[in-house]
Amino acid sequence: MAMQPASTEIATRTASIVEEFRSLEGPLLPILHGVQHAFGHVPQEALPVIADALNISRAEVHGVVTFYHDYRKEPAGRHVLKLCQAEACQSMGSDAIAARVKQLLGIDFHETTKDGSVTLEPVYCLGLCACSPSAMLDGEVIGRLDDEAIDEIVEAVRA
Amino acid sequence: MIPRIFIPDDSGAVALGADKVAKAIAAELKARGIEAKIVRNGSRGAYFLEPLVEVACDKGRIAYGPVKPSDVKGLFDSGFLTGGHHKRWLGDPAKIPFIAKQTRLTFARCGIIDPLSLEAYERHGGLKGLRKAVAMDPTAIVGQVTESGLRGRGGAGFPTGIKWKTVLDTAADQKYIVCNADEGDSATFADRMIMEGDPFVLIEGMAIAGIATGATKGYIYIRSEYPHAVAKMNKAVGIARKAGVLGAKVLGSAHAFDMEVRVGAGAYVCGEETSLLNSLEGKRGVVRAKPPLPAIQGFLGRPTVINNVISLASVPIIMDKGAEYYRDFGMGRSRGTIPIQIAGNVKHGGLFETAFGLTLGEIVDDIGGGTHSGRPVKAVQVGGPLGAYFPRGLFDTPFDYEEFAKRDGLIGHAGITVFDDSADMLKQARFAMEFCAVESCGKCTPCRLGSQRGMEVLDRVAAGVEPESNLALVADLCNTMKFGSLCALGGFTPYPVMSALTHFPEDFKPAPMRVAAE
Repeated sequence: MAMQPASTEIATRTASIVEEFRSLEGPLLPILHGVQHAFGHVPQEALPVIADALNISRAEVHGVVTFYHDYRKEPAGRHVLKLCQAEACQSMGSDAIAARVKQLLGIDFHETTKDGSVTLEPVYCLGLCACSPSAMLDGEVIGRLDDEAIDEIVEAVRA
Repeated sequence: MIPRIFIPDDSGAVALGADKVAKAIAAELKARGIEAKIVRNGSRGAYFLEPLVEVACDKGRIAYGPVKPSDVKGLFDSGFLTGGHHKRWLGDPAKIPFIAKQTRLTFARCGIIDPLSLEAYERHGGLKGLRKAVAMDPTAIVGQVTESGLRGRGGAGFPTGIKWKTVLDTAADQKYIVCNADEGDSATFADRMIMEGDPFVLIEGMAIAGIATGATKGYIYIRSEYPHAVAKMNKAVGIARKAGVLGAKVLGSAHAFDMEVRVGAGAYVCGEETSLLNSLEGKRGVVRAKPPLPAIQGFLGRPTVINNVISLASVPIIMDKGAEYYRDFGMGRSRGTIPIQIAGNVKHGGLFETAFGLTLGEIVDDIGGGTHSGRPVKAVQVGGPLGAYFPRGLFDTPFDYEEFAKRDGLIGHAGITVFDDSADMLKQARFAMEFCAVESCGKCTPCRLGSQRGMEVLDRVAAGVEPESNLALVADLCNTMKFGSLCALGGFTPYPVMSALTHFPEDFKPAPMRVAAE
C-alpha cells in the first residue's frame, strides 16, 4: 500500500490548492475536489487549513465535506467500480448484477476488497438510461452490462 | 473528396463501445493506407443503434449501426467509405424512422456536427439567435422568450420569460445566470446529450439570457457523474471565449458575458434550484425557503436566473426563428418541443424530440417498440424518481404538463422508464422512500424522517403485518410529506409511492396472499 503523506505535507499541499481556487466565487467545492484529487480522499488534516484560509469554522468545512456523497474519508481501492442502481437500471436487472458482483468480489457496497484492489459503490444514475444496466469503472462508462461484461470487469480489477 | 467518418464520443455511445470502434477504424485506415478524417460527433440519440457510425461521401451521409469492433474489417471490405452495403448498413440516417419522426429544434445539430467546431456550429445555424439578441433591447428579448411559451424543462414548468423578467426588473450591481445541469433523475440524459453533442447551443442560450437580464456572469453546475460532459463544456467555453462569443464584448457588442463550469459532488438534492445555489456558494446543499425567489436573491444574494440546460438551449432557436415559430408546436399550455427520453426496459431506447401532445402509449409502444425483454409492459415511470408510475390503462394521457398533473403525475424532465411484468411495485414504492431517505438534505422533517418511516412501514406491509392499517399509514404519511416539505424531493416522493399503490394494489397484498394469487 502507498504510504500516507505526513500531516505537514497534507497541510502544505492543501494550502497551495486553496491558493489556486480561493479567488473563485464560492470556492469551497472546487477546493475540496482539488484536495480529493490530490490525496484520493479528503484528509482530516486538510480541514483546518481550508477553514483558516476561507475564514469559516472547521465545523462548516466538516459539514460540507460530510454532506456530499463524493468526498471520501479514506482513500478508495486502486479501482473504483460504480454500479447504477437507479430505476432505469432496475428495470433491466441491476439488482441481480449487483448481487453477482458483490459475490464475485466478496464485498458489499461502500466496501473495499482486502487486497485494496477495488472499491464497490452504488450510483444513482449515470445518464446511460437507454443502455441499462450501466456502470462506471475508474471513470470509464460501460453500458448493457451482462454476465460476460461483469466477468471481464472483475478480472480487470483483480489484475 | 476525403471521406469523413463520424463516430460519436457521446458517453452513451462510448459505454456501448464507440471508442473501441474508433480505434479499430483508425487502425484499419492506417493498415490499408487510406486517407479519411475521423470526426467524433455527438449522438443522434438512437441508443439502440449505437455505436452509430456515419460516413460522409458522394452519396451524402450513410449510417451503419450498431457497429462492433469486429465489424470494422468487414465494413472496409464492403466499401463503407463510399456507402457500400453491409449487414449494418442503415442508409441515410435522417430517414431512420426513430430519427425521421422527430421534430428537432433544440437538438437540431446534436449528433450531426463536431461538437467542438464553432465553425460547424455556425454553418448549421448556430449564433444566429445571439447575433439578433445583441442588437435588441433586453425587454424585447424577454418578451420574445415569454411569447414563445417556453416553460422550465427541468420539471417545474415555470414560464422561463417570467423568471427572466423578474431578474431584468431587479436592480443590482451584479446578476447571474446559473444553468442547472445537475441531471440526477433516472431515465433522463437530455442535458448530458446536449452538453456532449452541441455544447455551444447552451453557451449561446446562456449568453442570450445574460444580455436579456443584465447578468454578466454565468455558471453551469454539472453533476460529477457526468465527467464527459464536464470535459466537453470546459473545452467549449474556452473555444467560445477565444472566439469572442464570450468575454468583455460578446460578438463585438457592448455586452459582457462570461461563464464558468462547476462540478457537483454527488448530491441528488442539488438539482433543486435553491439547494444548487447553496452548493455553488460552497455550502451544504440544503434547500432554501422561498421567498425570497432566486430571481431576486439568488447566487450570493444577487438576482439570478436559474434555468435547466434544455430551457436555455432552446432559447437560441426562439431568438433565431421567432416566438411564433416555437409556440406553434405543442398543445394547450405546453408549447414547443420536448426531448422525451425513453429508457429502461425498452426496445428502442433513446432521446426523441417532438412537439408536446403525443400520448404515453404512442411513445412507449410505437416509438419505443415495447419492452426490451419482449414481455408485456407493466408500468411506466414518467418524470424520474419523483414521478408517478402509470399503468397501461392511462396510456391515453397526452404528453403535456397539465394533462399529466390531472392524472396525478408529472412529466418532470421528460424521462420515461419502462418496466415489464416482472416489476414488483411494492419494491419500487419502497425504493422511492429509500432514495428520498438517502438523498434528503435534512431540512424538512416530513422528508427527512417521513421517508425513513415510509420505508419501515412498507417493509411491514411486505412482511404481511397489518397490511390494511399500515397502508392507511403510508397514505397519511404521503399526504404529510406532499404538503409539509419545502421542495420536490419530499413533496413528490409520494407520487411514485401512491401511484404504485393506487394502480397496482395487487402488489401490496401480504406475501402469503400474493403467492396464493400467482
